[in-house]
Amino acid sequence: MIEFLAMGGHGPYVWGSYGVALVVLVAELVLLSRRRTAMNRRLARLARLNRENGAEPSPDS
Amino acid sequence: MAEQRVQWFKFASPPNFYDLAGRLAPWFGGLAAILFVVGLYVGFVLAPPDYQQGNSYRIMFIHVPTAWMSMFLYVLMAVYAAIGLIWRVKTAEVMAKAIAPTGALFTFLALWTGALWGKPTWGTYWVWDARLTSELILLFLYLGYMALHAAIEDRQRAANASAILALAGVVNVPIIYFSVVWWNTLHQGASITVTSAPTMETVMFSALMLMTFACWMYAIAVVLWRARLELLERERRAAWVLERMGEKA
Repeated sequence: MIEFLAMGGHGPYVWGSYGVALVVLVAELVLLSRRRTAMNRRLARLARLNRENGAEPSPDS
Repeated sequence: MAEQRVQWFKFASPPNFYDLAGRLAPWFGGLAAILFVVGLYVGFVLAPPDYQQGNSYRIMFIHVPTAWMSMFLYVLMAVYAAIGLIWRVKTAEVMAKAIAPTGALFTFLALWTGALWGKPTWGTYWVWDARLTSELILLFLYLGYMALHAAIEDRQRAANASAILALAGVVNVPIIYFSVVWWNTLHQGASITVTSAPTMETVMFSALMLMTFACWMYAIAVVLWRARLELLERERRAAWVLERMGEKA
């Protein structure tokens, strides 16, 4: 296992590459998921406002 | 022919695109996860160390796919931007905008992994070689496209201006691809071309292909996901969005 992680002395380069790739891809997924949560909240508020006003959504709401 | 046109326009309409993308994205995401696991297994467990480079060559399995993706995604982004610019297809504009961050991310990874592969093999992280420099310009093109989109308030003008930037930048893609032929510098030439057999072991080639497909599936899933959010944002007052939100509530 130690030998595998050492990558024959190239460990920092190999794991530095794959580690950063993993972090960046996961970060993209997390950011997207947070954006979706915020969007859902905003749309729910818009829908509620529309129901309360009982009217078609106005262009500047 | 007439029927095909109807089909095409049907999926270009925002609600249909939204629903279709929502159904497809999880499949692409799942495929990406499976392919990444299999690709890493083949690349790290089955593939032997390289007789010249030792283990550092394993960086290839992430470097080459991300570099390919950075160029493919740019061309794809420019094609969608052109469709949006010429035919005013709203979903095409949304797709172009949704591709940019993922493209920028793959470009960054290509440069990063390239630097970490360059150190043990060339003895340097960076050199102003034609291939490296043009790939860095690609990153700036993606970032410029995103910044331009964000800087212009009017949505239509933002889409038009950034589409023109994206199209002008396409000239950089063949420069990146052929840079290793046109200028004889440090970065090696292509080991894999369409016209000849790859100059590497089958097991290494398999790992590379698996990782490439994994990156493709990941990119498709993430771009579709982002495009859906982008559509919701743009169309938030449209009846179809309210309908779908009503179903959820």
